[in-house]
Amino acid sequence: MVKRILCQGYLWLLLLLLYAPIFLIMIYSFTEAKVLGNWTGFSTKLYSSLFVSGTHHSLTNALLNTLSIALIAATASTLLGSVTAIGIFNLRSRARKAISFVNNIPILNGDIIIGISLFLLFVSLGIPQGYITVVLAHITFCTPYVVLSVLPRLKQMNPNIYEAALDLGATPMQALRKVIVPEILPGMISGFMLAVTLSIDDFAVTVFTIGNEGLETLSTYIYADARKGGLTPELRPLSTIIFVLVLVLLVIINRRASKKKEE
Amino acid sequence: MFGTIRLFLSSRKSWTIPYVIFSAVFVILPLLLIVVYAFMDDAGHFTLGNFAKFFAHPEAINTFVYSIGVAIITTVVCILLGYPAAYILTQTRMKYASAVVVLFILPMWVNILIRTLATVALFDFMNMPLGEGALIFGMVYNFLPFMIYPIYNTLQKLDKSYVEAAQDLGANPVQVFLKAVLPLSMPGIVSGILMVFMPTISTFAIAELLTMNNIKLFGTTIQENINNSMWNYGAALSLIMLFLIGATTLLASDDNDPNEGGGLW
Repeated sequence: MVKRILCQGYLWLLLLLLYAPIFLIMIYSFTEAKVLGNWTGFSTKLYSSLFVSGTHHSLTNALLNTLSIALIAATASTLLGSVTAIGIFNLRSRARKAISFVNNIPILNGDIIIGISLFLLFVSLGIPQGYITVVLAHITFCTPYVVLSVLPRLKQMNPNIYEAALDLGATPMQALRKVIVPEILPGMISGFMLAVTLSIDDFAVTVFTIGNEGLETLSTYIYADARKGGLTPELRPLSTIIFVLVLVLLVIINRRASKKKEE
Repeated sequence: MFGTIRLFLSSRKSWTIPYVIFSAVFVILPLLLIVVYAFMDDAGHFTLGNFAKFFAHPEAINTFVYSIGVAIITTVVCILLGYPAAYILTQTRMKYASAVVVLFILPMWVNILIRTLATVALFDFMNMPLGEGALIFGMVYNFLPFMIYPIYNTLQKLDKSYVEAAQDLGANPVQVFLKAVLPLSMPGIVSGILMVFMPTISTFAIAELLTMNNIKLFGTTIQENINNSMWNYGAALSLIMLFLIGATTLLASDDNDPNEGGGLW
């Protein structure tokens, strides 16, 4: 019994440590002070000024850029990754290994190497850096994760179902749409979610491919802010909102997943 | 014409072609460009000067060695904190455990820079000086979930009969752990090391924020050179980092398939 309490206590202590900085942000999002750590009385002014149009134009712009880049890059890499996974699955083992190896490169390489290598690519090809180059860069590091989350689904699939569909007169395209896609859909969805997460959180790759035309994502905005010495106070309510949204989303997903398991 | 396209599409092997082309342009070619730039001077001639510069520059080498040191300490602390956590999690009720795992992963959805700045605020709040201590804390804080998750995954799949066999054969709990559980969970530890060590070495910006610009890591050195248009030297430094990544991966992948490391979802 004592042992159990000690063990659980350790887990919760670790979690408390992990969440302490986040709680600090949340608490101080309800005060007006410029500097995090000064409490000047309860206020929701930061929240309201976040939503007043015009006042924090550059911050909302950065947020919109982050979200649109994440959605475009995640959609593109989900399509590309799923098609590729189906292709890889139908290859012979040697070609399959070769493509899997290439697929692992961006995963193992580290952000900074991906960022610099793409920076050199765009510079040497004379491509002006901006929105499109950031999206391309994000597709580059997101697609491998989609491939890795779709492939196991294909491996688990009963190959006879596809053959059966063909025998029953379905064209290969119909068999694909009605048999394979439903089977790999969970993998596609988790790949998409992972891609969105990676894209929103990315800083290192974005900073090297965004150019200097004034385009900002949330990460580069915060970085520029931090270098100037202080954090825009409105980032506190913004982070709080994002955190709570993700929490709610995860609770819903988990509920649904555990319900499915029970069924 | 349409028939040929249809035939082409129906052989699903060809579906890898778009990605092969995409990877060639956005993965392979850029990496080759790093190599090309690393061996080139400003005028575009072949040179080893960029590497000579690195080895003649004690400051750059010091940063490099220091970064490896920070990454090793971070990784060791992550194992020491993360392994017990993952182990305890596998011992608790399934439903509860999976919720706690999600709690460990959740902080990663807050932007890494905001998390880092919050850590800085926490240190300020508790009147603790920013420096090496803050640096290690911040790194562990950022990367601990990447250690817990793969270890938890392997421990969970671990065949319990090995543990029972060890117990039946008279091993005491310490022996059971050292001779059965620990060796069997090595793949998880290895992928945890890969997921913590490499990001720690290559981070930039985070170290500066955590130490008020007092400590610089290798990633920052690279970024500064690229930003100051010293592309060739920056590329040479990147190549050195790439070698380090390659070496670590090879050492680790002897008994570990990165495909089985498991995603976060």
